[in-house]
Amino acid sequence: MTDSKYFTTTKKGEIFELKAELNSDKKEKKKEAVKKVIASMTVGKDVSALFPDVVNCMQTDNLELKKLVYLYLMNYAKSQPDMAIMAVNTFVKDCEDPNPLIRALAVRTMGCIRVDKITEYLCEPLRKCLKDEDPYVRKTAAVCVAKLHDINAQLVEDQGFLDTLKDLISDSNPMVVANAVAALSEIAESHPNSNLLDLNPQTINKLLTALNECTEWGQIFILDCLANYTPRDDRESQSICERVTPRLSHANSAVVLSAVKVLMKFMEMLPKDLDYYGTLLKKLAPPLVTLLSAEPELQYVALRNINLIVQRRPEILKHEMKVFFVKYNDPIYVKLEKLDIMIRLASQANIAQVLAELKEYATEVDVDFVRKAVRAIGRCAIKVEQSAERCVSTLLDLIQTKVNYVVQEAIVVIKDIFRKYPNKYESVIATLCENLDSLDEPEARAAMIWIVGEYAERIDNADELLESFLEGFHDESTQVQLQLLTAIVKLFLKKPTETQELVQQVLSLATQDSDNPDLRDRGYIYWRLLSTDPVAAKEVVLAEKPLISEETDLIEPTLLEELICHIGTLASVYHKPPSAFVEGSRGVQHKRLPGSAGSGESVESPDTGSAAGVSDAPPAVIPSQGDLLGDLLNLDLTPPTTTGPPPPATSGMQLGAMDLLGGGLDSLLGGDLGGSSTMGAGFGAPPAAPAASFSAPVSGGLDDLFDLGGGVGMPMGAYSPPKTVWLPAMKGKGLEISGTFARRAGVIQMEMTLTNKAMSIMTDFAIQFNRNSFGLAPAGPLQVLTPLSPNQSIEVTLPLNTVGPVMKMDPLNNLQVAVKNNIDVFYFSCQYPISMLFVEDGKMERQVFLATWKDISNDNEAQFQIKDCHLSSDAASNKLQGSNIFTIAKRTVDGQDMLYQSTKLSNGIWVLAELRVQTGNPTFTVCLKCRAPEVSQCVFQSYDAVLKN
Amino acid sequence: MPCSNFVSPAARKERFLDRRSQPPSSFLPPSPRPSASPAKMIHSLFLINASGDIFLEKHWKSVVSRSVCDYFFEAQERATEPENVPPVIPTPHHYLISVLRHRIYFVAVIQSEVPPLFVIEFLHRVVDTFQVRGHSPLLFSLFMSASFMPTHLPASSPRLQDYFGVCTEAAIKDNVVVVYELLEEMLDNGFPLATESNILKELIKPPTILRTMVNTITGSTNVGEQLPTGQLSVVPWRRTGVKYTNNEAYFDVVEEIDAIIDKSGSTITAEIQGVIDACVKLTGMPDLTLSFMNPRLLDDVSFHPCVRFKRWEAERILSFIPPDGNFRLLSYHVSSQNLVAIPVYVKHNITFREGSSQGRFDLTLGPKQTMGKAVESVLVSSQLPRGVLNANLNPSQGTYTFDPVTKLLSWDVGKINPQKLPRLKVNRLDMYGEKYKPFKGIKYMTKAGKFQSLDVVEPEILLTQKLRCLNPYAPSPDHSQSLHVCRGFRSERSTFVSSRCNDVWFETHS
Repeated sequence: MTDSKYFTTTKKGEIFELKAELNSDKKEKKKEAVKKVIASMTVGKDVSALFPDVVNCMQTDNLELKKLVYLYLMNYAKSQPDMAIMAVNTFVKDCEDPNPLIRALAVRTMGCIRVDKITEYLCEPLRKCLKDEDPYVRKTAAVCVAKLHDINAQLVEDQGFLDTLKDLISDSNPMVVANAVAALSEIAESHPNSNLLDLNPQTINKLLTALNECTEWGQIFILDCLANYTPRDDRESQSICERVTPRLSHANSAVVLSAVKVLMKFMEMLPKDLDYYGTLLKKLAPPLVTLLSAEPELQYVALRNINLIVQRRPEILKHEMKVFFVKYNDPIYVKLEKLDIMIRLASQANIAQVLAELKEYATEVDVDFVRKAVRAIGRCAIKVEQSAERCVSTLLDLIQTKVNYVVQEAIVVIKDIFRKYPNKYESVIATLCENLDSLDEPEARAAMIWIVGEYAERIDNADELLESFLEGFHDESTQVQLQLLTAIVKLFLKKPTETQELVQQVLSLATQDSDNPDLRDRGYIYWRLLSTDPVAAKEVVLAEKPLISEETDLIEPTLLEELICHIGTLASVYHKPPSAFVEGSRGVQHKRLPGSAGSGESVESPDTGSAAGVSDAPPAVIPSQGDLLGDLLNLDLTPPTTTGPPPPATSGMQLGAMDLLGGGLDSLLGGDLGGSSTMGAGFGAPPAAPAASFSAPVSGGLDDLFDLGGGVGMPMGAYSPPKTVWLPAMKGKGLEISGTFARRAGVIQMEMTLTNKAMSIMTDFAIQFNRNSFGLAPAGPLQVLTPLSPNQSIEVTLPLNTVGPVMKMDPLNNLQVAVKNNIDVFYFSCQYPISMLFVEDGKMERQVFLATWKDISNDNEAQFQIKDCHLSSDAASNKLQGSNIFTIAKRTVDGQDMLYQSTKLSNGIWVLAELRVQTGNPTFTVCLKCRAPEVSQCVFQSYDAVLKN
Repeated sequence: MPCSNFVSPAARKERFLDRRSQPPSSFLPPSPRPSASPAKMIHSLFLINASGDIFLEKHWKSVVSRSVCDYFFEAQERATEPENVPPVIPTPHHYLISVLRHRIYFVAVIQSEVPPLFVIEFLHRVVDTFQVRGHSPLLFSLFMSASFMPTHLPASSPRLQDYFGVCTEAAIKDNVVVVYELLEEMLDNGFPLATESNILKELIKPPTILRTMVNTITGSTNVGEQLPTGQLSVVPWRRTGVKYTNNEAYFDVVEEIDAIIDKSGSTITAEIQGVIDACVKLTGMPDLTLSFMNPRLLDDVSFHPCVRFKRWEAERILSFIPPDGNFRLLSYHVSSQNLVAIPVYVKHNITFREGSSQGRFDLTLGPKQTMGKAVESVLVSSQLPRGVLNANLNPSQGTYTFDPVTKLLSWDVGKINPQKLPRLKVNRLDMYGEKYKPFKGIKYMTKAGKFQSLDVVEPEILLTQKLRCLNPYAPSPDHSQSLHVCRGFRSERSTFVSSRCNDVWFETHS
């Protein structure tokens, strides 16, 4: 006797038969009939016509029958609202039943009947159930409030159910607490600003207590709720972390991941030198690894989240590379994710293992996977410089297999490797050219054409190769056409004598025979450039290209921060902010990681991360498929960002050209063709570089000290900290670098002492900066003209500008530097005093100052104390002025001097300050106001350093 | 030689063209769609069989048209293998989160931001309620065929106390009303309500032939009349008033070794996934403690909620009030850094005959780390590439099968060799709070890890090694509450050990 018998009657009169049975006198027959109805419902048949007959069966002592009827009601009440009223009385009666199971069942079912007319009748029973003596009923009623809110939010608010729900957070039973939290979270989601879950240390404490005792699902609700809380200080943060860590050993992976979310967020507040911080990092690794031994679906979600975690805190899993090795029977979606994480974890230490694995994967069967593995080898080469050579030879091995898609994928990544390490691996071009004919994917063809064009001077038959592509020009995809056009123009500029015909041909194909506006426009630009000024054309087309970044497709930092706050959610699976999921009206709050301990800045500030001038430049990354067009434009036309400053003409031209594409084309075509040199001058306004434009001292003789000290009326150099060792000889293979920063005559300078402590001579010094918060970049090459012999030291001064690429660093004034010599490349990071960036024209008008001070919200105000400073207010003011912190006004109240000061950073950020000096008191108080409050901490440090110097 | 060379150029081209129509990033659609109405956890559930029929649907809120599953079917069609269907699929108004168990897709429909792991865990819990995990009929038959069968295991093994024994389409259809009642109890408005099987069984009695008969005659029902007592106590996983005449507790320590072995036979990575599954049938509210000989191995553990975490952290002793019946006490993971010993080595070699589409595949399997225990039921399965037409095998030991449809080569080697003992050892098990003397047993088993040897073709070695030990001890007279369990092992000893060679001849498409 099984339920399958209920499916056997599929004859025409089925509904009639059921109707008759439902109205039968016999209890047994009734129940069988209801079961049949339910069975039909489960397979999607419409049995709503039986509504009155089924509802008639509701008045029964038989619990199973009652449950079955409830099941039916929930499904069909909405389609039969008038009939549903019939059920109300029974619900009200059941809510008074002595058996708590029945009371809970009734309150549970009531909430599922989504009929407006009924809801009003449900308020009284619900109110009673919320205060029921039995916690089982209370917890069911808590959920019912959320259901009711979904149907009629106004009603719930009017009836005061929300307050009752809030009270339940303090219930004695942990399950009731958990359900109340779940219900409130759900309601809060539709009212983002309602502040329903008012989290304060007391409620947090209650939640943490309930966390230990409630069910696994309740734990998830509570942990997700905790993650929305911002602790007051690092101590509270630590104590919450301590109470959450045991959840990492829970068998339910959703609990584990929610706990990871809380810890990842609250960890931000812990000082990094705290012992507990290290302990916590260690505790996070095992549970994440364990998630990978669960079912594949869980693994997939876990891997997507681990991807975020390794980007934020790579140290957690840096020793766990092996667990991400792909197993042959992993589903493809798991394999692809593991591959991604392997690349993120790849480092010099494990690169050999990773490459060996990737090579195996490249011989697998699944095409998707193989392609991604090949691409991964290229990404390793770009990420870990030491491995580049090995990666290239692995790729060459793979090309030898002649497997079509492997070859094509390999060529695409080799192009990227060329872009990262120019002039290093060109010997492989011959091998690549052998495979020219087998390329049939646009991306691979475009990559190959780019290579041929870029290295045209080294390929004897470059013209023949490109010509062969030209035959089917119109059948190629846009990507290939654009690339071909550029490549032939490059070729022409390199070998003008032999290729004139070819370039004519491609230009006419692009401009006359093509319907594609992008292609036509580019064709015209090249044409005009070439016809007016070939020298300028050369500078544009053959300009030095920016190196592609080693951080391959990292998530943009602010998005990453937001996603870390949403670990375990759909947002984390799709790596998109939740606002992309939810319709605008819902107004999802953007979550941010809390700031680290000690900084008095507001964490909720909306413009954290992207202050006025410190916009987050999109990182230059390996182009994704299909993005080659945009990349091409960047490739050819963005100003170089590395290896010294470009000659001014080039930079002007490039900007001009970029503008041309951006919309200046009209004027160009409109007949304003005044020759390329004027064109360059016309468009080529150099990028705003306040540091470079030296301005005369604005103090206007305000300060006698200046003239005395400076002698020649030049502002004295700003405060410069003593030199510190940046690169110890141990790490620099004998090269020791110590240095400091200074601002002299409006120019930022990096002053270094290079000492050779090795046995051999050092030559070929060069320097590069990583992207940094204020776009600091060397304004010239590193001038070490004579080789540095053993035990010799040399002082070098490197002028800097602030027009380099920008990326927010942590700490803000951190600068990562790479120094190269004939031995190796060395990396170190140092911190520059932010006072280097205070520009000379940083004195604000009084009125402007007042207005700005009022205008900046108080949330952006930070207050600091400077201790042990024995200066008078005037002396302090003078000292500060030397570092371009200008005093605008002074007020004395009750023996306390208040100095109002302004400062402007090189990127245009203004910092306003109020310095309070009490005569005889060595502790100064400084209040900083700034639209980009994250600089406050650094500015304060400068105050401190300047005043104590 | 890469395996893709087995594939004919035409087939390759075809596959390649296929790819072009869908970029590899197809798992992540361009833009997730917004949702219209406020959040609910799980909106609806569809059960779909391998051939793409929806055979059950359950809605917790309003009815979602089953046409939403079309997006799932699309993904299913795209996937080369059933297990490759992505677990999270976005549709214009919903998200589909699915798990595949027992060849059935459990597809949950959700409408907005919900933790996907929450949904997936819940779905697995649903399946576990239908059929206890790790208890497939196949595995069961292995249990039965094992040469040493514990004689004291009760005839109606408590392991079988899930709802349907096996989770199949037929079983679900046969019990559709029970399934419906269960789902209703497990989820209220999308919030998990009762997911502990002990509580569910109090609410809805599992169908048995006997009970169905009785119900039919007497008109009684499967639905319990009482409030499930456990649901409100501090130990929600255990019901009160449990009574047994024979008080027994069994613990199975099962360790699986997963390893990847490279071409030369050396181990690239190996790790142990271990679990302790328990079957506890004890009267009243017993409070158990379990200690280990080598607890330091357990640095990466996941516990059943019943385990007192604080005590574990402080003393490395497991202290808990167990649920009634079957449950997984803990699972642990021993990572590759702890140098996991691999009991066998595998080597293989592939050669092609010049100018022919035939080749030869040699596979050698041998013992390693001979510490005195037999390796049993060694099964090698090799997924040959699709291009392979046929294979002839010459096993030097055991039997083989080759499935020309799936291209799966299975070589049942049988017993080979001694190996090390399992890593985790239970020291003692004590019970407090109750007066009776329970019968206790502990069984160790190292089994069926996923061994994977890397090369052009990837042979999987399913290694099943069983060690059993059940030593019921009489309590010592002076320590009536404290019993020592399990100090020795009994196992089959194998004398026949040596390397085997297995030749496979195969042909490929020309």
